[in-house]
Amino acid sequence: MKVKDILSHEFTLVAGEGGIEKEVSNVYVCDLLSFVMSHVKSGSAWVTIQTHVNVIAVAVMTDISCIIICEGEKLDENAKEKADEENIPVIAFNGSSFEAAVKLSEMIK
Amino acid sequence: MKPYTMDFDVKARDFSSAGESSSKFRKTLLMLSIPSDIVRRASIAAYEAEMNIVIHSYGGKMHFEIYKDKIVIVAEDTGPGIKDLELAMKEGYSTAPKEVIEMGFGAGMGLPNMKRNADTMEIVNHDESGTKIVMTINF
Repeated sequence: MKVKDILSHEFTLVAGEGGIEKEVSNVYVCDLLSFVMSHVKSGSAWVTIQTHVNVIAVAVMTDISCIIICEGEKLDENAKEKADEENIPVIAFNGSSFEAAVKLSEMIK
Repeated sequence: MKPYTMDFDVKARDFSSAGESSSKFRKTLLMLSIPSDIVRRASIAAYEAEMNIVIHSYGGKMHFEIYKDKIVIVAEDTGPGIKDLELAMKEGYSTAPKEVIEMGFGAGMGLPNMKRNADTMEIVNHDESGTKIVMTINF
């Protein structure tokens, strides 16, 4: 599945359009950046409620395919710029991290 | 053979530009067609070291050396040093302030993450004048 296949009225792209052809092979849910750095697999969709610019850096360093920001949280403006520059798709979702993970897992099956 | 080197200053508490040196280092590794698993390990080790300088130090610098068969990452800061190294190496132990933890940092995994991703990691010194960490990744 590609990042663009996730996009719908529920999962809306807010930044990083240049990366929507990336393959997604896994889902990882966590809000602790160091934990993500040590555990996430390359090619994952990362589900979080963190919205600051360092989230983009973590995604770049670990080859994450896209970031799903849950609970209707808004991405910081400088994080949006960085996501566009680094081609890291950031997708907004209004539900909880759990709901996002369930829906993504069904899509990946 | 002389390595390709890169040097960056890292400011304390500057979260908006934190990670820039690791990001530029990573782009260089990709440009040099270094294998992707090596790039990932080197990027994570570098980013954790850089974030440690941002979060815990009075400021410092990152130095990178890229050889034909290895990468050397040096993170050096101007203090205040690591009080208890044994505790700092333990996963989950953190001295990060509350506002940093709210950003999702300070999970107490920085040093263990660096050690896991590098082939060798040496903490050359860590007194009140600063900390110097040297990591090597072979390929």
